[in-house]
Amino acid sequence: MYKAKIFVNYKPSVLDPKATVIQQTLTRLGQTNVDSVMVGKYFELVLQGNEAAVNEQVAKLCSEMLANVNMETYRYTLEEVEA
Amino acid sequence: MKAAVLNFPGSNCAEDLLWAVGPIAGAHAEIVPATATDLTGYDLVLVPGGFSYGDYLRSGAIAKFAPVMPALRAFAEAGGYVLGICNGFQILTEAGLLPGALQWNRDLTFICEPEPLVVENATTAFTRRYTAGQVITLPIAHGEGNYYADDATLTALEAHHQVVLRYQHNPNGSCRDIAGITNEAGNVMGMMPHPERAVEALLGGTDGLGMFESLMEVCDGAYA
Repeated sequence: MYKAKIFVNYKPSVLDPKATVIQQTLTRLGQTNVDSVMVGKYFELVLQGNEAAVNEQVAKLCSEMLANVNMETYRYTLEEVEA
Repeated sequence: MKAAVLNFPGSNCAEDLLWAVGPIAGAHAEIVPATATDLTGYDLVLVPGGFSYGDYLRSGAIAKFAPVMPALRAFAEAGGYVLGICNGFQILTEAGLLPGALQWNRDLTFICEPEPLVVENATTAFTRRYTAGQVITLPIAHGEGNYYADDATLTALEAHHQVVLRYQHNPNGSCRDIAGITNEAGNVMGMMPHPERAVEALLGGTDGLGMFESLMEVCDGAYA
């Protein structure tokens, strides 16, 4: 079995108003060295199957469901876990 | 004209749309659940506003996988008219029937107010009862109506006259003030404003009626 750790983020070209508000608040609190803030989503999926098959499956799930590739990018890692 | 109004778990504008397209505009209209798998026999499919499947993951992201979606895709590919309003627009972009995506409003607030819109393209099946450049006022009611597409997509949309409605005073940060677009073929339209909430003077205005009358005219030759 494999655990997929999936990170989904807006593309750099998308202005994320939530991240902007967080950064503005940090600045107001005196955290003036925070240069940028990115807000994303994190998913963990545990899947049965061999590594190649799981890798292909996770890529498909990301591009078709977990991320909207019009405005988001995704990346993931796979690690083998005990059944 | 025979119209289907889709109804997903969490849709909350299906009855309003049914009233607008049916008794008000004069179509034969019925609610069709998201579990339906066949849309043959309809001229128009309306995808209503609301919060389909709680808008979990992203607005429209779960609705994209509803049982009715393969039938909707086949209906659109065959040239049937599809109009998605608010959450319906979000569903159509998620499903890839329209380009781009809707993200959080620029100011992170849910905006509910009448909004002046410029009719950019009055030659579509959805807007032929208006004139190009006409300003109409329709209610908007959304938290995620900020239209985003990359520059190449926006340029293509404008080159093919697919931008149908623009905000006069961009309320939500949408790229190029876009409030409504069609696909390149012109038979699928998505828009954030609610024409079904502006079809009777009692509701505060009738500027939305032209959209349903346009579709009646195209499908039935009514009002000619």
